[in-house]
Amino acid sequence: MAKVTIDGIEIEVPEGTTILQAARLIGPEVAPPAMCYHSKLKTSGGYCRTCLVEVTKGSEKDPRPMPKLVPSCRTTIMDGMEVGNKSSAKVVEARKGVVEFLLLNHPLDCPICDQAGECHLQDLSYENGTAKTRTDFERRTFNKIDIGSKIQLHMTRCILCYRCVKVADQITDKRIHGVLNRGEASEISTYIENVVENDFSGNVIDVCPVGALTDKTFRFKSRVWFTKPMQAHRDCDKCTGKVNLWFKGEEVLRVTGRKDQWGEVEEFICNTCRFDKKKTSDWTVEKPAPINHHSVISANHYEVFVKPTEFKLNVVKPLSIEEKAN
Amino acid sequence: MQLTNRAQQVVQKEMTLAERLYLPAIFAGLSITIKHLFKKKATLKYPEVKREFAPVYRGQHVLKRDAEGRENCTACGLCAVSCPAEAITMDAAERKAGEEHLYREEKYAAKYEINMLRCIYCGLCEEACPKDAIYLTDRIVASEFTRGKFVYGKDVLVEKMDDRIDVSQRKKHYSIVNN
Repeated sequence: MAKVTIDGIEIEVPEGTTILQAARLIGPEVAPPAMCYHSKLKTSGGYCRTCLVEVTKGSEKDPRPMPKLVPSCRTTIMDGMEVGNKSSAKVVEARKGVVEFLLLNHPLDCPICDQAGECHLQDLSYENGTAKTRTDFERRTFNKIDIGSKIQLHMTRCILCYRCVKVADQITDKRIHGVLNRGEASEISTYIENVVENDFSGNVIDVCPVGALTDKTFRFKSRVWFTKPMQAHRDCDKCTGKVNLWFKGEEVLRVTGRKDQWGEVEEFICNTCRFDKKKTSDWTVEKPAPINHHSVISANHYEVFVKPTEFKLNVVKPLSIEEKAN
Repeated sequence: MQLTNRAQQVVQKEMTLAERLYLPAIFAGLSITIKHLFKKKATLKYPEVKREFAPVYRGQHVLKRDAEGRENCTACGLCAVSCPAEAITMDAAERKAGEEHLYREEKYAAKYEINMLRCIYCGLCEEACPKDAIYLTDRIVASEFTRGKFVYGKDVLVEKMDDRIDVSQRKKHYSIVNN
């Protein structure tokens, strides 16, 4: 076990834990944002630089600070390490720069994009970015590539987090899509427009933090915040069958995997569950899916309403017998 | 307990001669009436005379087109989610090849309805709109005989090309407020 202090909060974690995981154990107040790191995908992380933190004290044995900001998803903790995330002015400044770079080529077509409302890049830029861009250059454009009838690829929105490539590598048994070219010219593509056909290929939609890979069967059907997520399950021979159904009225518009507190998929689901089972009768509906109170998806849903406490019962002390007599 | 000092005690005293004549009281009342005849009137003779509206008056909505006549609205739903009265509903559709002259972006509102009876004319929809598409105007919503007719669809809301609606005053006002 090793002790680590993040933003002044101390926590004890096993050796080999990364700074990001330790921060997540403390809670969302200190956890750095992450675009490319995904807890269920091995070797993910280290590309996007949004989780940069400042290490002000290396360890108990060697208390020198680290010379540069380090990516918290790839840096393991040392005993006695002190980390500054939101409390460090350097990190706040650096993150602002990272967001600006991520948005350099992002088209900001949120009014059209189906991911709007559950997009990690929207949250990231809203919380850490600036309202204006300084770039004068044209944003990059691509020729449209059709990668099948179920998944829609918008290469202009991609931030090259490699999550979908990791899914193709680790979840599906044969990878037919990856990143082509290098640097600014790199792009996600199926090699020579191969159709992505695999039982678990649909999971690239769920892991995509932006709207680059979206569900074609849900395309322009409804905005995310007009649909209501419900947890449901069914017996599936390929996956666990635990999903979120997105209802509009009585209609199931979309099926996705369940996501945890950090917006990362809990269990990957198969394409049959995702694309072919769109009737309420196919599913056993359990309960409304928990949605963050601050998310736009919970707008106009009142299930999280907290009743104010009864003033009289809890605040006003009941009168004693002598007081009543007076 | 006395709240004000305006309360008067009721007394049944005998009226004086002037009071018993009633005429002074009648003339006092008439003089007030006659004075009002020469004052400026508070009302206008609508529809011959129309009152001047503030540049930000919030009346009937308009869905704007751009300079080339393409609809600005992309059915992003921000107006509907910001609407406190839940008066706006919409259905989106994908623009097909050959429709580029009708819709500005690849998604457009196939159906766009505002229930004018639900609407409280707060103007949050025009504030939320990222595409310069919806504006409230100084037009007054016409009266109808049935409630159903107050659900305005795209046929009423989208501005006609031969009858463009000027919202430049409004835009100017908002740019002053926002910056």
